[in-house]
Amino acid sequence: MPSNKSVSDAPITQFVNCKILKDHKLQKEDLWVREGVILNPEKLFFDEKGSADIQVDCQGSIIAPGFIDVQINGGYGIDFSLATDDVKGGVTLVAKKVLEHGVTSFCPTLVTSPPDIYHKVLPKIQFTEGGPTGAGVLGVHLEGPFISQEKKGAHPEQHLRSFQTRGFQELLETYGSLENVAIVTLAPELPQSSEVIDELTRRHVTVSLGHSVANLSQAELAVQNGASFITHLFNAMLPFHHRDPGIVGLLTSDKIPSGRTVFYGMIADGIHTNPAALRIAHRAHAKGLVLVTDAITAMGLPPGRHTLGQQVIEIDGLNAYVAGTKTLSGSIATMDMCVRHFLQAAGCTVEAALEAASLHPAQLLGITNRKGTLQYGTDADFVLLDDQLNVRATYIAGKQVWNKRF
Amino acid sequence: MRLVILDEYDLASEWAAKYIRNRIIQFQPGPQKYFTLGLPTGKKHSLGCYKKLIEYHKSGDLSFKYVKTFNMDEYVGLPRDHPESYHSYMFNNFFKHTDIDPANAHILDGNATDLEAECEAFEEKISKAGGIDLFVGGIGPDGHIAFNEPGSSLVSRTRVKTLAKDTIVANARFFGNDLSKVPTMALTVGVGTVMDAREVMILITGAHKAFALYKAIEEGVNHMWTVSAFQQHPRTIFVCDEDATLELRVKTVKYFKGRFTFFLDNTTICKLSSSARKQTR
Repeated sequence: MPSNKSVSDAPITQFVNCKILKDHKLQKEDLWVREGVILNPEKLFFDEKGSADIQVDCQGSIIAPGFIDVQINGGYGIDFSLATDDVKGGVTLVAKKVLEHGVTSFCPTLVTSPPDIYHKVLPKIQFTEGGPTGAGVLGVHLEGPFISQEKKGAHPEQHLRSFQTRGFQELLETYGSLENVAIVTLAPELPQSSEVIDELTRRHVTVSLGHSVANLSQAELAVQNGASFITHLFNAMLPFHHRDPGIVGLLTSDKIPSGRTVFYGMIADGIHTNPAALRIAHRAHAKGLVLVTDAITAMGLPPGRHTLGQQVIEIDGLNAYVAGTKTLSGSIATMDMCVRHFLQAAGCTVEAALEAASLHPAQLLGITNRKGTLQYGTDADFVLLDDQLNVRATYIAGKQVWNKRF
Repeated sequence: MRLVILDEYDLASEWAAKYIRNRIIQFQPGPQKYFTLGLPTGKKHSLGCYKKLIEYHKSGDLSFKYVKTFNMDEYVGLPRDHPESYHSYMFNNFFKHTDIDPANAHILDGNATDLEAECEAFEEKISKAGGIDLFVGGIGPDGHIAFNEPGSSLVSRTRVKTLAKDTIVANARFFGNDLSKVPTMALTVGVGTVMDAREVMILITGAHKAFALYKAIEEGVNHMWTVSAFQQHPRTIFVCDEDATLELRVKTVKYFKGRFTFFLDNTTICKLSSSARKQTR
C-alpha cells in the first residue's frame, strides 16, 4: 500500500491478533508502533494517510505495558550493594536477565551500607534507556541507612544512621550525591525526618516509609511532607493494631492531601505475605498496590547451595534460606511469578494484576507520560503474555528484546 | 424503486452488505478503475452493515484496495479524535479493519477553517473520482437523508447545515444526555449530491422509522421528507425490516415482499473465493 507519511519515513509496525491493556481494560485492538513510540492509528490514517509497513501476528496474546520493578537488590549472583570492580557489568547482567520476566524498567536497590560504598557504587549506576542489552534503569532505590534499629530486618546494624543534627546535609554526605537516585526508604520517626522528606521531595526523589516503628500520625505527617510510598507493606513495620494502625493505616487514612495517592509495595511471592493479608490490603486500597520482587542476589539461581559474598544460601523452591536454617534470607520470586501469584491470591481481574506491575509503579515515579501504559505517544515497552500471564515475548522501544524460544 | 423487506435488522444489514459486496466484485475494480462508494454514519442502521462488510473482507471475498469512499456528513466543531466524531466512528468500525488506502477514504472536515470551501472541495473530489457508483444511506425519523433536515432543497449540494431540534435531541444520548454538548451544525452532502449517484441504497430499520418510510415512498415528493426525492432517481433500493413497514399499506408490502428472494442467495450472481475454497475441501 502506498504510504504517504508526511511526519516520518520510519517503518510502522502493527501488532495484530492480540488483546491490549488500554483504559484499564483488555480490548481486542491492534497496537501500532513507530520509532520506539506507540502510535495513534487514527491520526496516522487521517493526517498522514499512512498505513503499516510490517504486521506482527501475536497469536491471541495479551499485550501489557512492560513491568516495572522498583525494588530489586540483585539476582543471578549479582548483589547491587556490593562494591565490585564491575558494578556496571553486574547491573547490565541483571537488566538483561529480567527481560525474561517481562520487566522492561527497574530500580536497582541498595540496602543499608557504609558511606564509602554509596560513594563508590552510586555514580556507576546511571539512568539508562532499555534496549536489546537489557531493561532500562529508572534510578537507584536507596533502602536505608536512615531506618529504625528495631526494624532493621536483614540490614547490617553497624551501618544504620540517624539525621543527627545536620538533617538533610547528613543524608547528602552519606550518599555522596542524589544524581542517580529515584527512591529513598527511611523511617519517619527519626528526628528531623520532616525536613529531609520535604527536601527530597523538592528534588523529585520519591520518599518511601519502611523499616520503621512509626505510628500512624508520624506516617501521616511524613506523607504530608511528601512521602508517597511504603516499602514492602507489613514487613519491617509495626503490625496493624486497631487503636494505632501504624504505617499500614495509611491505606485508609483520611489525612492524605487531596489529589495524592499513597502507593505501597507488595512482595506477592506467597511467602512474605499471607494471601489473606494481601487481600485485606488490596481491598482497602487497590489503586495503590505496587508489585515488587525485592529479589536478592540468589534470584534466578538454580536450587541448591550458593555462596554469595559472606553468606551461604540454600534455595528450595521459592524459598531462600540462610543455609542450614529456616531463616528467610530474601525473596527470589521473579516479577511474572509475582503477577501470577497476585492474580490467583487476590482474586482480582487480569487488568488489575497487570496494572499493579506496570501502571502503578509508573504513577509512583511520576513517569506515566512515558512508561507504564500503552497510551499513544508513550515508550513502546511492552510484554506479550498468554492467558495464564506467562511471558511469551518482551519488547522495548518497539523492538523484540526477548522471546520464549530464545 | 425496489423495496426489499427482510424479517429483522440483522438480515437487513446482511442483505445490504451482500449487495454492496457483489456490486464491488462485479465491477472488477483495479488500479485504473476505482469503485466509488458513498457511506452513511447513522450509528444504529449502519453498524450491522459495516460488521458484515468487514467479515467479507476478512474471509478474502472483498478487497477495498481499489475502492474510494465518501462519507455523507460530519459534525462541525467537534475535535476529530472525539469518540463521537464520524471520523472516529468510521475509523474504529470500518476503515481500520479493511485494506482501504487512507488517501481514498474521504470524510468532510468539520474543523476546516473555511467550511464552505471544504464543502466545495468535497464536491470536486467526487466529480474527480468520476461520480459515485453506489451511495448508501439511512433516513432519520423525520425523513431526512444525511443531515438534509426538513425544508432542505431537493437539489442541494454539499454545505453547512444547522441541525433540527429533533436531531439534536436524538443525538444527545451519544453525548451523555447533555444537550449543551451536542454539536448544532454539520457539514452534509446535499440531496442533489446523492441524487447524482448512479445507484442509491437506503437502509431503514425499526418501528420509529416506519412513518418516515411511509412518507418517503407512499406520499409525494416533498422537501419536508427529503428522502422522498429518490422517487425520481432511476435506480434506488430501499432495504428495510418488518418493523419499518408498519405504516405502509398492505398492498405495497405484499407487492414487494418475496419479489427479491432470489437476491438473497448471491452465490448465483457472484463467484466468491471463500465458497470456492469450501468446495475444494
